[in-house]
Amino acid sequence: MEFKKQTAASIRRLISSRELSAVEVCRSALDRIEQLSELNAFITTTGETALADAERIDRAAAKGESLPKLAGAIVAIKDNMVMRGIRTTAGSRVLFNYKPPYTATAVERLQAAGAIIVGKTNCDEFAMGSSTENSAYDPAKNPWDTTRVPGGSSGGSAVAVAAEMALAALGSDTGGSIRQPASFCGVVGLKPTYGRVSRYGLIAFGSSLDQVGPLANSVEDAAAILQVIAGRDANDSTSSNVEVADYPGALAGDVRGLRVGVPRECYGKGLDPDVKEKVEAAIKKFAGLGAEIVEVSLPHTEYAVPVYYLIATAEASSNLARYDGVRYGFRAEEASTLKEMYSRTRDQGFGAEVKRRIMLGTYALSAGYYDAYYGKAQRVRALIEQDFRSAFTSCDVIATPTAPTPAFKLGEKTENPLEMYLSDIYTITANLAGVPGISLPCGLSSNGLPIGIQLIGRRFDEGALLRAAYNLEQALGFDSTPSIILSER
Amino acid sequence: MPISKVDVEKIAELARLELTDEETESFSEQLSSILGHIDKLNELDTADIEPVSHCSTAGADSEYARRDDVTGPSLGQRLALENAPDAEAGYFKVPRVIGG
Repeated sequence: MEFKKQTAASIRRLISSRELSAVEVCRSALDRIEQLSELNAFITTTGETALADAERIDRAAAKGESLPKLAGAIVAIKDNMVMRGIRTTAGSRVLFNYKPPYTATAVERLQAAGAIIVGKTNCDEFAMGSSTENSAYDPAKNPWDTTRVPGGSSGGSAVAVAAEMALAALGSDTGGSIRQPASFCGVVGLKPTYGRVSRYGLIAFGSSLDQVGPLANSVEDAAAILQVIAGRDANDSTSSNVEVADYPGALAGDVRGLRVGVPRECYGKGLDPDVKEKVEAAIKKFAGLGAEIVEVSLPHTEYAVPVYYLIATAEASSNLARYDGVRYGFRAEEASTLKEMYSRTRDQGFGAEVKRRIMLGTYALSAGYYDAYYGKAQRVRALIEQDFRSAFTSCDVIATPTAPTPAFKLGEKTENPLEMYLSDIYTITANLAGVPGISLPCGLSSNGLPIGIQLIGRRFDEGALLRAAYNLEQALGFDSTPSIILSER
Repeated sequence: MPISKVDVEKIAELARLELTDEETESFSEQLSSILGHIDKLNELDTADIEPVSHCSTAGADSEYARRDDVTGPSLGQRLALENAPDAEAGYFKVPRVIGG
């Protein structure tokens, strides 16, 4: 099925009027997943339960019942969100056989709204990475060029949407893990405000930064999914009870008078010329729509990567202490004492990047270094938060590139962790400040790879952010499709 | 700042990671280079800045973060043990804790 020509609303309408069956939609998604298995977008597929869910929707439609909002929407879930009884690995060997006893709140809400879950998508181990190459289940590949990475860590989710294996997907974003792969794969990716979506059942990486959000082929679908998954959850004490707005309704209206802030710090050194050109052209489109373009400053942007790699790793070293071979997952054989069992399980169960981050985080939190590293990072985080507060006094949304380059080659950055970290330079600040950000495709590079523009909004103002993104999306009219998809039709 | 192999071994012990020799070697190099980049933070004077641990609006408000202390349904022993690599008589089973 050509998901790019559909939305959750149009599919629901077609199923309600019996012009299309949910089973047909589901089968076509499962067939596509099978045909394009070389992209390695999924770690686990759930065809059987998906078809059973689809049949239930068709039965309800046959009876003339009113269908829930996302009825028949085919959704893929990043494999770091738990689903009861369905293997959930987080891309790690240490969870190779883990079958969770409960379901993540965001997934449960999608299912209750009639979404059909077709599988668990490939990702960097514990969401740590920017290319999906840190997956213990082999890298996912970019459908625009299979010698390139899809981005990460929600790479499989971005591939599933770009290659029309699903209408939409859930990802998680700790430093750009929804937005950067969305940019690399030419789809829309939204990281909501910290606290907007429950993290219950999201396997924890950096708890003060992690946020669940949608990847989709349109801003409209991203809004429809956010509407369903957002809101207070008693199982996540950091989830907010700020009222959930009507996000799809918020798309209506123009952007005349909207102040679009362009931070000069994000257009300098290290930015690929093609990316710069396309993003600047998109900003001109905004101006053409009647928005006012203003220069703003985020002066501490250059410190964001070091701050992030202290805070995220410190939180990770603590969160990942639970993988000890006792209660679930992998356990190393041949250990004669408990302590030996712990350290062998962890050495054999974790991949190199995860160990590197646990080491860095443990160091940053250790006696004698805590203030110099973790404490310092928390203070600079306050400055970054302040940067956004002052920028938003003179603008309503901020526009930057999503990533400094289009998708890079598989293997290109695996030997140099620091270089990999720098690919998150424009996305990390939104996590540190807790503000929402969205990436949408704004064109192709000279060698035919998608480029994303990122819009950042005020905390809990996803409505205004989505409206800005929707208007820009309509004006840009990006409708390119990877050739691998065209050849499958 | 450079991280020696001895430092790496000490951190690995704290993190309960039994590293191979090659891992110890490469982590010493990589962590030194990453921390070199992180030292950039010292350009900033942050003496008067309050640290930020999270950006949650919940939590700051005690109504959010707390609930009444009442019992509710929980996982139960069978489900809790279902994923255990080794279990016996309703307990998680592990190798010897003391000695060796």
